[in-house]
Amino acid sequence: MTTDDRIIAIIAEQAMLEPGDVTLDASLADLGIDSLGLVECIFAIEEGFDITVPFNANDPSASAFDISSVGAIIAAVKQLQTDQAG
Amino acid sequence: MARVVITGAGTINPIGGDVPSTFAAMREGRCGIGPLDIPDVERLAIQIGGQIKGYAETDHFNRQQIALYDRFTQFTLLAARQAVGQSGLKFSGALADQSGVIFGTSGGGLNTQDENYRAVYEEGKNRVHPFIVPKLMNNAAASHVSMEWNLRGPTFTVATACASSNHAMGQAFNMIRCGMTKVMVTGGSEAMLCFGGIKAWEGLRVMSKDGCRPFSATRNGMVQGEGAGVFVFEDYDHARARGADILCEVIGFAMTSDASDIVMPSKQGAARAIAGAVRDAGVPLDAVGYINAHGTGTAANDKTECAAVADVFGAHADKLMISSTKSMHGHLIGGTGAVELLACIMALRDGVIAPTIGYEEPDPECALDVVPNVARDAKIDVALSNAFAFGGLNAVIALRRFA
Repeated sequence: MTTDDRIIAIIAEQAMLEPGDVTLDASLADLGIDSLGLVECIFAIEEGFDITVPFNANDPSASAFDISSVGAIIAAVKQLQTDQAG
Repeated sequence: MARVVITGAGTINPIGGDVPSTFAAMREGRCGIGPLDIPDVERLAIQIGGQIKGYAETDHFNRQQIALYDRFTQFTLLAARQAVGQSGLKFSGALADQSGVIFGTSGGGLNTQDENYRAVYEEGKNRVHPFIVPKLMNNAAASHVSMEWNLRGPTFTVATACASSNHAMGQAFNMIRCGMTKVMVTGGSEAMLCFGGIKAWEGLRVMSKDGCRPFSATRNGMVQGEGAGVFVFEDYDHARARGADILCEVIGFAMTSDASDIVMPSKQGAARAIAGAVRDAGVPLDAVGYINAHGTGTAANDKTECAAVADVFGAHADKLMISSTKSMHGHLIGGTGAVELLACIMALRDGVIAPTIGYEEPDPECALDVVPNVARDAKIDVALSNAFAFGGLNAVIALRRFA
């Protein structure tokens, strides 16, 4: 699976949707994922990609990690993979 | 119904090893939060906490006691020694038979669990010390206090996360009020600052890496602390008959459940508990001069708590003072309500309102008088202490100045 597919699978599992129903422009709220679900998604991404995601639930918008849409999350994960490689 | 008063108080916490030093620290707005000194701290994303520095268990307890006393039990016994000592009570005969102990804790002997899981999993040991179970159990502290002072009545431990101590003290209050007993030793304790205890909290992503700034627009999460607060609650007539020094009166208690979300707080649940405690106390809303807030420093708690206070008190919400001493000692989780009750006692008895330190910038969603950064002199008649736990469980205590 590509990085995109793996992230979509993580989000789809959390949203209890089929991966095909998760579109890149959807926000997590659109998919019915609440704050707890978001924290679980980030945990699954960290475990799955062996990266550390900078995220504080007190102020998600202040985090460097963009969670505004599925596409934004994919881009942010790819950036972290590059930054944290090696 | 019997009136209930407090005739003894004790504590050990990150800003003081007893009540006078804690009051002094609260008056000065001293911060007890700093870098954690625990094994494997370098593997934690959160490396600060309200840790009791310079604490050596061997200064207070012998080898046999340490084999049975987890850190949370040690803190409880040290605080209980001060509280019972101040009360001047000796427990024998009928008084001993009816006097009991109710404490709150969330993690109980978490350090004992952490150390022994390390031994069997990490170090591969196949044998643990024989007393691990009686050392780690959540009721260990209550049982040891009962044994130490011959308290033979109702004794148990309450675990409702961050509301544990307030729930415990509420039970003690009502037992005396309804005539079941004349004296209860109550409060709570927590010692969760070990690798596993912090790692678990870290996972929730609600912890601050740099400090606890309740109600400030710049707040970014909670900071854990450790310690204990213990009080002697006593029937007023009993206390008066023996000429006891009365610290303040306990006049009301209420508890509610949000029945909505396992971690997100609810304004309605908090408001019902606050209003319920004032109603139970039988005082008008505008008698309340000070609230020791739950004030964790998370985005969600502080704005929800301020909205609940505004809802309950209406225009009077702008006249009362509300501060969070967690800014100084951190969040003692199951022990937090007990240590925070001290700020209410200081307000009522000494006329000094503990500040919310670390306050940097107003938050329009927390637009109350949060006593920013500097303690204030004020004569207060009634004070409340709020506790709102994960699981949506809320418990609020009301105290009155004993003139």
